[in-house]
Amino acid sequence: MEGNLNLTLKIWRQKNASVAGKFETYQVSGISTDMSFLEMIDVLNNRLIEEGDDPVAFDHDCREGICGMCSMYINGRPHGPNRGVTTCQLHMRSFQDGETITVEPWRASAFPVIKDLVVNRSAFDRIIAAGGFVSINTGNAQDANSLPIPKEDADDAFAAAACIGCGACVAACKNASAMLFTSAKISQLALLPQGKVEAAKRAEAMVAQMDEEGFGACSNTGACEAECPKGISLENIARMNREYFSATFSSK
Amino acid sequence: MAWLAKSLNSSLGKKLLMAITGLFLISFLLVHCSLNALIFLNDGGVAFNEGAEFMAHNPVIRSMEIVLFAGLLLHIVDGLRLWLENKSKRPVAYAVVDGAANSKWYSRSMGLLGTLLLLFLILHLKHFWYFSRLTDGLEDHTLYAEMQAVFMNPVVVVVYVLGCVSLGYHLLHGFQSAFQSIGWNHPKYSPTIKTIGAIFSIVIPAAFAAMPIAFYFHLIQ
Repeated sequence: MEGNLNLTLKIWRQKNASVAGKFETYQVSGISTDMSFLEMIDVLNNRLIEEGDDPVAFDHDCREGICGMCSMYINGRPHGPNRGVTTCQLHMRSFQDGETITVEPWRASAFPVIKDLVVNRSAFDRIIAAGGFVSINTGNAQDANSLPIPKEDADDAFAAAACIGCGACVAACKNASAMLFTSAKISQLALLPQGKVEAAKRAEAMVAQMDEEGFGACSNTGACEAECPKGISLENIARMNREYFSATFSSK
Repeated sequence: MAWLAKSLNSSLGKKLLMAITGLFLISFLLVHCSLNALIFLNDGGVAFNEGAEFMAHNPVIRSMEIVLFAGLLLHIVDGLRLWLENKSKRPVAYAVVDGAANSKWYSRSMGLLGTLLLLFLILHLKHFWYFSRLTDGLEDHTLYAEMQAVFMNPVVVVVYVLGCVSLGYHLLHGFQSAFQSIGWNHPKYSPTIKTIGAIFSIVIPAAFAAMPIAFYFHLIQ
């Protein structure tokens, strides 16, 4: 087929968390440039299954860029060479015929490998469970205009809430830091009146859990922001710092 | 005060310490560079030696010198601790990393740049701080004369210029990064902070680097 791609894939294979993994090299041919990266892996897996081999395990769910499951570190970058996309929204037209593509799992001690490219991201769930919620009674749904929320704050909160918890920030960070994720989850609530009430307690609890899970500190390199498929801003990390240090002095 | 220790020991707190000590060291650089720039008056070191004499004997300055060393030590220890801890968070390294695609090399190399600066600083303290504080150097001949003597060695001049280059890149990231760590990221201020940071990171190290060069090539007498 004219224009289709023949590629060499170097994929990380690892049976489970307790054994060491290694790269395996695979050849795939006739890959349509209209395929998504995941569909290309599907083609490889179909062949592996037909040949009686173990298919490559990888996380995926919605395949429309909003669930955050497809964690693949492709050619040295989370979700591959394009900005603002997840792996399912990365298409094979972004690659050249004959290219060698290296695919690795997210690498962080807080994200242990379950199998091959699948990592355990439940550390994020525990950070949310530590304080990423509103537990006060906010009453019935009110008329929207009666809530004293400036448009700018609503927009900032919404932009922070766009975080899909994919973990690309951790994968991109040289320190495997989860600051962008945690700060987005703290911000989306701290910016709104319903969330402000428990803001101090929340910031302290979520940061403590983040450290407990074994994520690194922030070097402000900005790699997370650049690689985030949802464009979460570094301003959230600064806001988290403000929230946390004001909580240090004000919380009871 | 356990609450404060706990906060400063968190991942955010360690960065706050880096930021505060870093900004303090930046303020020191400004004073140090301004005073040293007196050599460019080319008056045979008269004004510079007067400044050096004042700095060596004024009790307020001498007290601040202790605070300065404490701040420097805190910056170094906290930095090394962050470097070691951060390194341990990714036990299995990536086979391929395209860091240039998402960040500046010097922002990812603050530990390396800081280590180079520390090595330079040990040499620098031996050259001039040891001379002016711990020996009778100032009685025998002036600090200006000592600078003239030290900077006759081309190897020393090259090491000093390289030290200034490390300082420049360290500041280029560190200056604006310190404000982010404190939480000062705001559309009204951040562009100005970044601009001032970039100018500071170029002008101060360039002025410092010009000093050994000027002495070596006898541009100042």
